[in-house]
Amino acid sequence: MRKFTPYFLLIPTFVIIIFFIYAPAVSSFKLSFFQESFFGDRSIFVGLDNYIDLFTDSEYYKVLRVTFVYSLSSVGITIFLAFLISQLLIQKLPGTRLFRTLMFSPYAVSPAISATLWAMLFTPTAGLVSYLFQVTFNINVDWLTTVPYAMVALIAATVWKMLPFDLIFYIAALQNIPDSILESSLIDGASGWTRMWKIKFPLVTPITFYLFIMNFTTTMFSSFGIIDIMTRGGPLGSTTTMIYRLYLDGFAFQDNGLAAAESVVMFGVMSVITYLYFRFVEKGVHYQ
Amino acid sequence: MRRKNKVYFIVSEILLIIVALIMFAPILLAFFMSFMKPAEVFSFPPKVIPSSFYWQNYKEALRLVPLGRMLLNSAIVAIFITVGKLFTGILAGYAFSNFNFRGKKIAFATLFITLFLPAETVMIVPLFLLMKSLGWVNTYFALIIPFTASATNTFLMRQHFRTIPSELSDAARIDGATPMQYLLKVLLPLSKAMIGGAALINFVYAWNMYLWPLVVTMEDKMKTVQIGVKMLIDAEAANNWGTIMAGTMIALGPTLLVFFLIQHLFVKSLVSSGLKG
Repeated sequence: MRKFTPYFLLIPTFVIIIFFIYAPAVSSFKLSFFQESFFGDRSIFVGLDNYIDLFTDSEYYKVLRVTFVYSLSSVGITIFLAFLISQLLIQKLPGTRLFRTLMFSPYAVSPAISATLWAMLFTPTAGLVSYLFQVTFNINVDWLTTVPYAMVALIAATVWKMLPFDLIFYIAALQNIPDSILESSLIDGASGWTRMWKIKFPLVTPITFYLFIMNFTTTMFSSFGIIDIMTRGGPLGSTTTMIYRLYLDGFAFQDNGLAAAESVVMFGVMSVITYLYFRFVEKGVHYQ
Repeated sequence: MRRKNKVYFIVSEILLIIVALIMFAPILLAFFMSFMKPAEVFSFPPKVIPSSFYWQNYKEALRLVPLGRMLLNSAIVAIFITVGKLFTGILAGYAFSNFNFRGKKIAFATLFITLFLPAETVMIVPLFLLMKSLGWVNTYFALIIPFTASATNTFLMRQHFRTIPSELSDAARIDGATPMQYLLKVLLPLSKAMIGGAALINFVYAWNMYLWPLVVTMEDKMKTVQIGVKMLIDAEAANNWGTIMAGTMIALGPTLLVFFLIQHLFVKSLVSSGLKG
């Protein structure tokens, strides 16, 4: 009897993931080789046509470019800021507990709501951020509807939303650095800034890599809510990322074959990420 | 050296306060704005503190969009997803932590790969077609069932169960306890804090879902509060940000409150699991 126990225990999980993750993944592949007939009454096998359509469309290259600009800038800025700010949070300064709580609070805010908050802050008539830019840099634009400012606003909302996650991990990692390492660098007379980037930063590389992968995944997928509320992919497609385009093709234009081909392209991106994760993170990161 | 330390200390403290304020400002400003009269919202330069508590914004937000019903939907969806994920995760995690069985490696890899196949975003088209064929479109089933199991929860439970000494399991077996009795009477009571933390992370994750509820719900009475916020922005053609912020506060309130109350639990389980909310 005991021999079968583990299999029984795995049944609920595997039923769910096979039906709702693996089956749709397989049907993504299948759908990507079909197109709906003109009247939408049957599917026609079209081979690689959907992929050819996708990769001969200059718009899709723009989508790829926008995705990587948006993802890499958001992730880079978030990691940089999180590492800097975490230095302040590990010094046991008075009030750290309260300040931590305040800084972590965006973690509880959904992408859709972060987007609403930042849309408000960037609105030309009532927004504080827009006002501050106006008085300091004399930039007076309608942020969410002007290229390239819409992208900047989007990145701001994304960084704000992702920052607490990274902070939490950097704080945990930095607290695990043995004091002896830091003390010897103090004796060597390294300045605070050098110590931070030349000694501490390399020591937390595994965490940085882990955060890079997690953040990148977030920007690829959960960013949908931020984009849908702030810019809807506009202006002129300047904020249409892969996931947003997939949504438009699948649900606004009802082109399932094309949308499925886009899913497969996204799987491709994800498998690169998975590979990197296995190659570098699984070996190096120990959370506890 | 002493003097330098003091300066360093004061500068750090000031920076800390500034950063904390900037991070919290969007939420605080939204809270203030939710009590502003329309004229105050559009005053120039922008006002920060409202002159009075103008509750009309909240009434207006609730009139435009059935946020009450949507809050209820969000709660139902988030609670069932949380319970489902914990239930399936505890069982599967227990299988991986305490048993050796044929196919364990393959089972583990199969589960691991799902970490990088987010069904609720990349596979919305085939998942939607599946819901259509099951007749689940616009139902709680579609919002809940596909998300009741996850690799992250399984790994989290497995990791935690492995920290519990195997002597306990040996002793239980000698006493004649079945594997299920051991799980229920020994492992789970020892894992309360961890399960609590995981529950919170799952709850926030489910509460915050956006793309899937957007495509799979048709009627207002099935939509979640995240979609409600978007509907409110669309309904407020004049962009009365006071009303929109009131709706935002209604949608944000529950998670933020829970977060403030038990933030330490969140942080602990997040770090120990590497679980993404």
